[in-house]
Amino acid sequence: MTHTAHFKVWRGDTDGGDLQDYEVEVNDGEVVLDIIHRLQATQVADLAVRWNCKAGKCGSCSAEVNGRPRLMCMTRMSVFEPDETVTVTPLRTFPVIRDLVTDVSFNYDKARQVPAFVPPKGVPAGEYRMQQVDVERSQEFRKCIECFLCQDTCHVVRDHEENKTSFAGPRFLMRIAELDMHPLDAAADQGLVRSASAQEDHGLGYCNITKCCTEICPEHIQITDNALIPLKERAIDRKYDPLVWLGSKIRRRQD
Amino acid sequence: MTPGRAAISARHLRTDRWWLSPLVTAVALTIFIIYATWRAFANGDYYSTPYVSPLYSPCLASNCTPMDGGADWHLFGSWWGLSPALLVLVFPLGFRLTCYYYRKAYYRGFWASPPACAVAEPHAKYTGETRFPLVMQNVHRYFFYLALPVAGILTYDVVLAFRDESGAWGHAGLGTLVLLLNIVLIWAYTLSCHSCRHIIGGKLRHFSAHPVRYRLWGWVGALNGRHMLLAWSSLISVGVADLYVYLVASGAFDDPRFF
Ligand code: SF4
Ligand code: SF4
Ligand code: FES
Ligand code: FES
Repeated sequence: MTHTAHFKVWRGDTDGGDLQDYEVEVNDGEVVLDIIHRLQATQVADLAVRWNCKAGKCGSCSAEVNGRPRLMCMTRMSVFEPDETVTVTPLRTFPVIRDLVTDVSFNYDKARQVPAFVPPKGVPAGEYRMQQVDVERSQEFRKCIECFLCQDTCHVVRDHEENKTSFAGPRFLMRIAELDMHPLDAAADQGLVRSASAQEDHGLGYCNITKCCTEICPEHIQITDNALIPLKERAIDRKYDPLVWLGSKIRRRQD
Repeated sequence: MTPGRAAISARHLRTDRWWLSPLVTAVALTIFIIYATWRAFANGDYYSTPYVSPLYSPCLASNCTPMDGGADWHLFGSWWGLSPALLVLVFPLGFRLTCYYYRKAYYRGFWASPPACAVAEPHAKYTGETRFPLVMQNVHRYFFYLALPVAGILTYDVVLAFRDESGAWGHAGLGTLVLLLNIVLIWAYTLSCHSCRHIIGGKLRHFSAHPVRYRLWGWVGALNGRHMLLAWSSLISVGVADLYVYLVASGAFDDPRFF
């Protein structure tokens, strides 16, 4: 079955732009990215769009479809009524380059600000041994395809550009949680308490656990329940639990 | 509009009914708040042997209705003239107010921060839970600790509901069933708490060294996945249990007996 769909696509660059209307052919089984490609092939040869795998695994084709942050290659046309207008816009939270392509370097900066895994002392690389149960929890976080849809959706930066300097965003707070749960990470030996630093240096407190990152994650990672809330609880251990605080004072005195 | 971003003036472009869920949340919470406030201040019709309303237990002032064997411990003496419910309700109130799920619910439903995903919030500034007063949400685990004895006392109340009016064991009425269902939901909600999940095992880095806590963590995790469902069902069951006791105590309804 083939039908003609009505599309609105944002076209423009940093100097401005607007939604433009197109009528495009849609065939059974197609996804939004297919339609964007057909547009490019038949009507607007210079339409800028970033994509790569068309399999929901590279995280390149992030955009907003009918106002919802999504992967264009994983959004089936069958979820829309044939007479429904489909609006495709670039990610709102990041600076636009052209048309559907945005500059996501905010995320690379934030990634660099998270201190890397600290190897344990006295264990040569290649000799690391970990139990499956100890790494299972953070393996969920490794499913991340770096599409940055969560970073785009999070209202902390989406609605408040000024928070970008102090807030790492769900994707990178999750990275800190992953390292904090890592059975071999030795950051604490170097004086880096990852959970406390998440709060002090990476803006964990800005997250008000309203779960939009979890709602839109195409990998269905339970970002809020399994990474952000546990990270908040871990920071509380370090910062607001009088017993733990007292214990750490006493232990420090003994050192 | 933020410089550098794509020029889109609409606050959002969502076409679904994104406003429905925050609206339902806000309305449901408001109804419960109004009902619970009325009942907490009413100071009457909260006990009908052998049932006590969960809003009034434990009852800590001398002005409590005497409860046959129940948790009417007059710790506060007679100077307390207001409703005794106010003395204990601060604990469940604090527990639920700082609960990670309810926070999400009221931030979205009442404060529109955000109203729904990818729908711009109406506030010019946002600092989240970094400052007073919202930084105080971090005390949630202490309310969790306090919620445990409260749930324990409500469990005791349910045990007492298996006696009849004269104090003889082996009774069960519709009220017993209502209180029983309520306490099961309260325990499920309490144990599914994110702080509980953390304390029981989530804080560990080496599950392999703590097999028992690892298993408990798994169980709590399974409950935790349904935390929202349990938050609502236990909230409704508390309201229903109180309403039931109210109807029986005020004489509007006769408690049917099973045995
Ligand atoms: S849960 Fe926290 S990090 Fe995730 S979208 Fe909401 S505020 Fe942002
Ligand atoms: S956590 Fe999910 S939404 Fe965020 S970047 Fe990774 S895959 Fe995308
Ligand atoms: S093109 Fe790779 S995720 Fe869509
Ligand atoms: S998180 Fe909801 S009760 Fe603790």
